Amino acid sequence: MKKLLLATTATAMMAGGAFADGHAAEIKIGVILGFTGPIESITPMMADGAELAMKEVTDSGMLLDGAKVTSVRADSTCIDAAAATAAAERLITSDGVKGIMGADCSGVTGAILANVALANGVVMVSPSATSPGLSTAEDDGLFFRTAPSDARQGVVMTEVLMDQGIKSVALTYTNNDYGKGLADAFQASFEAAGGEVTINAAHEDGKADYSAEIGALAAAGGDRLVVAGYVDQGGSGIVRAALDAGAFDTFHFPDGMISAKLVENFGSEIDGSSGQHPGTDSPGAAKYAEMAGDAFDATSPFSPESYDAAALIMLAMQAAGSMEPGDYKDKIMDVANAPGTEIFPGELGKALELIKAGEDVDYVGASAVELIGGGESAGNYREVTYEGGEEKTAKYR
Amino acid sequence: MDFLNAIVALANFVLIPGIAYGAQLALGALGVTLIYGILRFSNFAHGDTMAIGTMFVILITWWFQSLGISFGPLPTALLALPFGIVLTGLVLLSTDKVVYSFYRKTRVKPVVLVMVSLGVMFIMNGLTRFIIGPGDQRFADGERFIISARDFKAMTGLKEGLAIKSTQGITVITAIIVVAVLFWFLNKTRTGKSMRAFSDNEDLALLSGINPERVVMYTWLIVAALATIAGTLYGLDKSFKPFTYFQLLLPIFAAAIVGGLGNPLGAIAGGFLIAFSEVTVTYAWKKVANYALPESIAPDGLAQLLSTDYKLAVSFVILIIVLLFKPTGLFKGQSV
Repeated sequence: MKKLLLATTATAMMAGGAFADGHAAEIKIGVILGFTGPIESITPMMADGAELAMKEVTDSGMLLDGAKVTSVRADSTCIDAAAATAAAERLITSDGVKGIMGADCSGVTGAILANVALANGVVMVSPSATSPGLSTAEDDGLFFRTAPSDARQGVVMTEVLMDQGIKSVALTYTNNDYGKGLADAFQASFEAAGGEVTINAAHEDGKADYSAEIGALAAAGGDRLVVAGYVDQGGSGIVRAALDAGAFDTFHFPDGMISAKLVENFGSEIDGSSGQHPGTDSPGAAKYAEMAGDAFDATSPFSPESYDAAALIMLAMQAAGSMEPGDYKDKIMDVANAPGTEIFPGELGKALELIKAGEDVDYVGASAVELIGGGESAGNYREVTYEGGEEKTAKYR
Repeated sequence: MDFLNAIVALANFVLIPGIAYGAQLALGALGVTLIYGILRFSNFAHGDTMAIGTMFVILITWWFQSLGISFGPLPTALLALPFGIVLTGLVLLSTDKVVYSFYRKTRVKPVVLVMVSLGVMFIMNGLTRFIIGPGDQRFADGERFIISARDFKAMTGLKEGLAIKSTQGITVITAIIVVAVLFWFLNKTRTGKSMRAFSDNEDLALLSGINPERVVMYTWLIVAALATIAGTLYGLDKSFKPFTYFQLLLPIFAAAIVGGLGNPLGAIAGGFLIAFSEVTVTYAWKKVANYALPESIAPDGLAQLLSTDYKLAVSFVILIIVLLFKPTGLFKGQSV
């Protein structure tokens, strides 16, 4: 093991040295996403987004005196930490990437951060890891994310409910890391705001019958039922059983539940319910979709965040005047946040020029990036209400 | 008034779902128990027989719906049910011809037949997913409620609502009719009597000139009918998804064994026992207790014995207790 570590470090140093010589020639950025596994349907669009930003920067010829940015893809598998770690190891030691756009799922992201990124001192910007646990993970200032933590959604959810004057809710979540993390974050935030969570109960996905779960939820009572589940899975079953038994009339839905399918399933039966999911009315999203054109679906989940993640890495390199992670890691927060000129998708060349001229930029990007805390997106949420069997946008938060 | 509210809350969340679920389990357990009693093996493929039967019913229902045929306020699936039963019967008879008859002729031990049924289970499981897909299918139509919670509240002025879904009503009525017909058939008809004789003592039955092939054929046909009806009722009341039918195997077997394998009456009692245990043990009694008890002793907590996550474990526990203390089941069946 010691020898392996030594060899790894030696290779990394050699690779680093080799690239230092070729300054401004080529910069490689790793794109590590779950191209196989449970989210394989959305990762191609995420990678396309990140590579779109790289192409834009290369075409502008402005980064570090005309550096060419290339992407190296690797498979995180989304669930297999060992495979993801090995893939990231390869990116850094054999391909010599200067930054990682990824990983995607929270579990593998944490594993790569702890085992590879920290050891090699490489910056990671994840577009989609939302686990609250990553906020407090040890990162030496190397880890950022353009997706908000679920803890943030818990706070937003509390605000939405409190604004409607709802003080008491029953809470049920799908029994996995996402559901549990979101439910706990929401409960903590809701109780801190003076609300009452009468029951916090799990439900299993894929059951045919949720009447027992609804029995317990109904007995606990509450003004609303908060369903932190999936619309294609148990979440809809819970809502159906609650409506059938007359246990709850109105619900509150976090992001996993908000979809056209929900309206299709329940129509006007859920009138008066509310919900929120990540979304923004910033003009960035539209510009991004325009840029992507027919090449790929720019509205696919986390695709805008991926574009932003890659863009942030490159802008920070320009701001630091160096492609070395150790130099540019401190610049990411600077380029992402105010003050400065607002930068939207398609304006990366302009941003690089401004930075070169010594001016500040405030990267807004496709997903209205605003980094808070230890370098994670504050997140923008779209609050929705259900009226007359339709989903309506109440406002953006 | 509070007392009435307590009863209504109890009925809405425990009694009515429990009765409907119990009836569905009982019909499933009857099929298992018949196969055990007459063909002498535990049929692991029963859950998937239910799935395949329900699949036929769903496909025919969709066809009927596209033709514009409906059954008024009742679900169209009830019209499709007889056709589904016939198709399932054909599937089971051909399975018997191709698979089981070979092992029966070579007189293998029951445990070998169990393993064979496991194989059949996987094939049926795959077939169902292949034809209709692994996802949820909704095929219920017609009136959704006999009485909805909102109407009940408006009608009685009580704080608690009582909802009775039409599928729950149909389940119970159909189950009563099916059980009555089955018992009449087993006790009064010549074929039924020969089946019972075959079950009680195979050698004596053969000596007295009962044709074993006929008995086997009738058994499969009855099992096909029971499985298709149970599966369709479950699918109408809840939802159809092949995997949940596979999971139903455990409570169904628990019901059959608790009641006494091979004893039809036991299967029915077992079905209701398992269903009510699952519902009552995981129910949070807070609401009912708050209505029924004086304020001073009403509980603050949820008064829930087990979290609903452990619902499936309840049937395991009952199964173990019964096997430990009364291996032949509550009603005298054959020991396992």
